[in-house]
Amino acid sequence: MTGTDAVESSPRRDRPGRRSRTVPVPLLVPALIGLAFLLLPLIALLVRAPWRSLPEQLTSPEVWEALRLSLVCATAATGLSLVVGVPLAWLLARTRFPGRGFVRALVTLPLVLPPVVGGVALLLAFGRNGVVGQWLDAWFGITLPFTTTGVVLAETFVAMPFLVISVEGTLRAADPRYEEAATTLGASRFTAFRRVTLPLIAPGIAAGAVLAWARALGEFGATITFAGNFPGRTQTMPLAVYLALQNDPAAAIALSLVLLAVSIAVLAALRDRWMTAS
Amino acid sequence: MTRSAPRTRRLHRAAGASAAALLALSACSSSGSDSGKGSSASSPELSGTVTVFAAASLQESFTALGKEFEKDHPGTEVTFNFGGSDTLAASITSGAPADVFAAASTKTMAIVTDRKDAAGTPAAFVRNQLEIATLPGNPDGVSSLKDLTRPGLKVVLCDKTVPCGAATQKALDAGGLKLTPVSYEQDVKSALTKVELKEADAAVVYKTDVRAAGDKVEGVDFPESAKAVNDYPIALLKDAPNPETAKAFIALVKSAEGQKVLSGAGFLKP
Repeated sequence: MTGTDAVESSPRRDRPGRRSRTVPVPLLVPALIGLAFLLLPLIALLVRAPWRSLPEQLTSPEVWEALRLSLVCATAATGLSLVVGVPLAWLLARTRFPGRGFVRALVTLPLVLPPVVGGVALLLAFGRNGVVGQWLDAWFGITLPFTTTGVVLAETFVAMPFLVISVEGTLRAADPRYEEAATTLGASRFTAFRRVTLPLIAPGIAAGAVLAWARALGEFGATITFAGNFPGRTQTMPLAVYLALQNDPAAAIALSLVLLAVSIAVLAALRDRWMTAS
Repeated sequence: MTRSAPRTRRLHRAAGASAAALLALSACSSSGSDSGKGSSASSPELSGTVTVFAAASLQESFTALGKEFEKDHPGTEVTFNFGGSDTLAASITSGAPADVFAAASTKTMAIVTDRKDAAGTPAAFVRNQLEIATLPGNPDGVSSLKDLTRPGLKVVLCDKTVPCGAATQKALDAGGLKLTPVSYEQDVKSALTKVELKEADAAVVYKTDVRAAGDKVEGVDFPESAKAVNDYPIALLKDAPNPETAKAFIALVKSAEGQKVLSGAGFLKP
């Protein structure tokens, strides 16, 4: 059985295999340039890293404070994005309403908006004197700028579109007939969403969440504009890197290495489990 | 098969696009150097672009001086990069193509001169003093540096790595005060912006920034600022792409005409 199988299938499998092995030069050259362009800066970071003083750099409490804050805020921002972003993606993918295309364009706007502009916009909306912020301040005594909550909001603003786009794409690719079958069998639309749709699109949600988390972890512009920079409260790793770069480049490189290591570790850990499944 | 056909076509198109992008990139670089050399060769007079890296606090006065320079020397163009002096110094030492560096402190200028990136010795051309910027009408009744330490008052300061932050620290030390702000901003303009947007109640910035902000903030003088006056040095950079025109711009800054613009903005004489 296995012998004839191998004989029969091997030439068929081999020929297209061999053909695909010769990569056309017009594709190979730009591909390699692209790869080198993406990897060189990271290699440079490793080459120029102050390996000898690294243990000393990394044991300073400021570094861990910034790292802790970064991880907490990025995770909170991802959680917030999941809570409101998945329903938003469902709304965009599964319902019809006038101006849906326009709404989708608006949702993706933070993707192309410079983060600093996003930060200014957040100040104008949720600042102490902002459109909504002044009422938050007057009624509840809540001020968001210069707080850790402000960091989470800034990161959510920038990262959520990644999640929405990813989940919406998965929803569109998922067969709606399963949900329809569930509703014809008597489930409410919400039950169908919860019991059928959610498990179906879980890999897409996870992939989107990882993307959003990574984006939130690296967020700089909106954070420094909206939440300011105070160690332990709003100074996340990217802010610490930026400010360290000014007077102590070695410390900045050390901080960058930590951020790089954390990002790679998390992405690698989640990749096998989720990303390939989608 | 039917699926692979459009796919390969798409790949070809993508390859074509990336090749075009590469071509465009190389075209950019060659045309850039051509125009630079061509214009300087065609006329021995002052011409071409001068790139000036200047402290954020110089924004208004240098922009005005740049316009004046372009008017006096047709064919020249002055482009500015305003930012925190420490950021600018860091980008100069890592090879940013600049002609002139004007820093807000001798310490940040030293970052550049220590790396031998400046041509000649930098010279101070103005000095600047700190001032408290409060909301219009000073609703919190701030009248001294000590008032800023009041609990509940939201104060933003420049980060200690930036000249205005270092000067603020000096002034606080001179007064024996300890002040915890809500944020350490990356340059003086972003500290001022937080007050302009009414997100912070007060910021310690330069007199020139308060003046430039017009009626959006109100300035409050404080005596400790006399202990923390910043010298602003200016220098021609060693690898300046356009040294002749750059020298002329520095001369304008130091001239009586330039000093008039600068003192009009609130700077002190060197």
